[in-house]
Amino acid sequence: MIAQHFEYTVATSLGEAVSLLQKYGDRAKLLAGGHSLVPMMKLRLASPEVLIDIGRLSELSYVMEENGALRIGALTTHHSIESSEVVGRGCRSLAEAAGEIGDIQVRNKGTIGGSVAHADPAADYPATLLAFDATIVTLGPRGERSIHASDFFVDMLTTALEPGEIVREIRIPVHSGRSGSAYLKFAQKASGFAICGVSAVVDLDGAGAISKVAVGITGVGNKAFRGAGTETALRGQQPSPGLLRSACEKAAAGVVALDDIHASAGYRLDLARIYARRALEKAVERAG
Amino acid sequence: MLPVSLQTSFPKGMLMTQRVRITINGKLFESDVEPRLLLTDFIRGVAGLTGTHVGCETSICGACTILANGLAVKSCTMFAVQADGSDLVTIEGMAKDGQLHPLQQSFWEEHGLQCGYCTTGMIMCAHQLLARNATPTEAEIRDGLTGNLCRCTGYQNIVKAVQSASGKMRQTQNVAAGD
Repeated sequence: MIAQHFEYTVATSLGEAVSLLQKYGDRAKLLAGGHSLVPMMKLRLASPEVLIDIGRLSELSYVMEENGALRIGALTTHHSIESSEVVGRGCRSLAEAAGEIGDIQVRNKGTIGGSVAHADPAADYPATLLAFDATIVTLGPRGERSIHASDFFVDMLTTALEPGEIVREIRIPVHSGRSGSAYLKFAQKASGFAICGVSAVVDLDGAGAISKVAVGITGVGNKAFRGAGTETALRGQQPSPGLLRSACEKAAAGVVALDDIHASAGYRLDLARIYARRALEKAVERAG
Repeated sequence: MLPVSLQTSFPKGMLMTQRVRITINGKLFESDVEPRLLLTDFIRGVAGLTGTHVGCETSICGACTILANGLAVKSCTMFAVQADGSDLVTIEGMAKDGQLHPLQQSFWEEHGLQCGYCTTGMIMCAHQLLARNATPTEAEIRDGLTGNLCRCTGYQNIVKAVQSASGKMRQTQNVAAGD
């Protein structure tokens, strides 16, 4: 398990990382926590000629709340997100998703920026980022861009990142008032990756009716998606077990599900319906 | 010394090396290595500390777990160059003054191992677990060790060993605090 030979260079600032990426172009890959890239390099599924290590840029590791939004630096580790009080308060389903990734050792090294840039179809974060209408802030030679999560995840392992661009920050609007969120996942036992993961966010109005609702689903299709049919069926309604059950029938409507050794397409679609209901029940309960 | 596989994989003169300085168990190791040298291979091949084991080499089994700047990491999933300037602790750094670490003592007493291959990684990961949560429940211990596979014990005695170590470490702290 030895990677192809490569040249290694350390970026000492975000600006330097952008210029190094520009200098080396397609020959280079960014290395952050390395927990997607290093395994791929050892299997020789990826063989970049140059690695630009951004893992030491402490300026990109932070969690803060500002003007009603969570700002999470791209190099924040899964462990930091899982254990962050600010994230737990403002976006509980993101903290739960972070805690569901891999194991202690992986969460100590893996970063949110690396995970979203890698865009594994079974990654945990995309469900929550979609459900919270998060924005991915990138930096490239032409400056900063803010990309909505629904535009960012294009396909399996494919994002809207342009060559030369770096994920800089994740921004998540915080819901106030009677609001609750939850992430639940059915994991592949050995790898821990999601066969189905659902993030639900529910806001209730003064009368206890659902004023806002979002459901993000990962692991089921080529990329994470919103359960739009379910959301429409719930908006403006009083939550009840019967309503949640019937609304979740439409959770993955129109989605072509993945079909592999771990789960058939039909099973994944079943899981989507069931986990959507369970995540919504939890989110409603937490919205109080 | 580079592992043999790395010495022969490139013709002489083509090897591009980089100087790294890594402190392991308080001792500085300095060497010119290929960027692609894994941290596990640095620990075993360059520093000669073979207590860190290589199991799956695919980030799954956890046998290669060490502490890097206080964090449990799988050393097969890092290049040595990434650890340049880091402070590592391996299993060889756990015993102090001839006294086993409470975790080592507990794995022994509770028969937390059979073949022993996974043990060093288990102990390093359990160390992280107890550092963050001094009194974990059985479920928390099992969850905390999901990144470490054991093919012998069925995990029962590993969980008991971590519970026992947790008790021992609390007692030591209480003694230190004058309780």
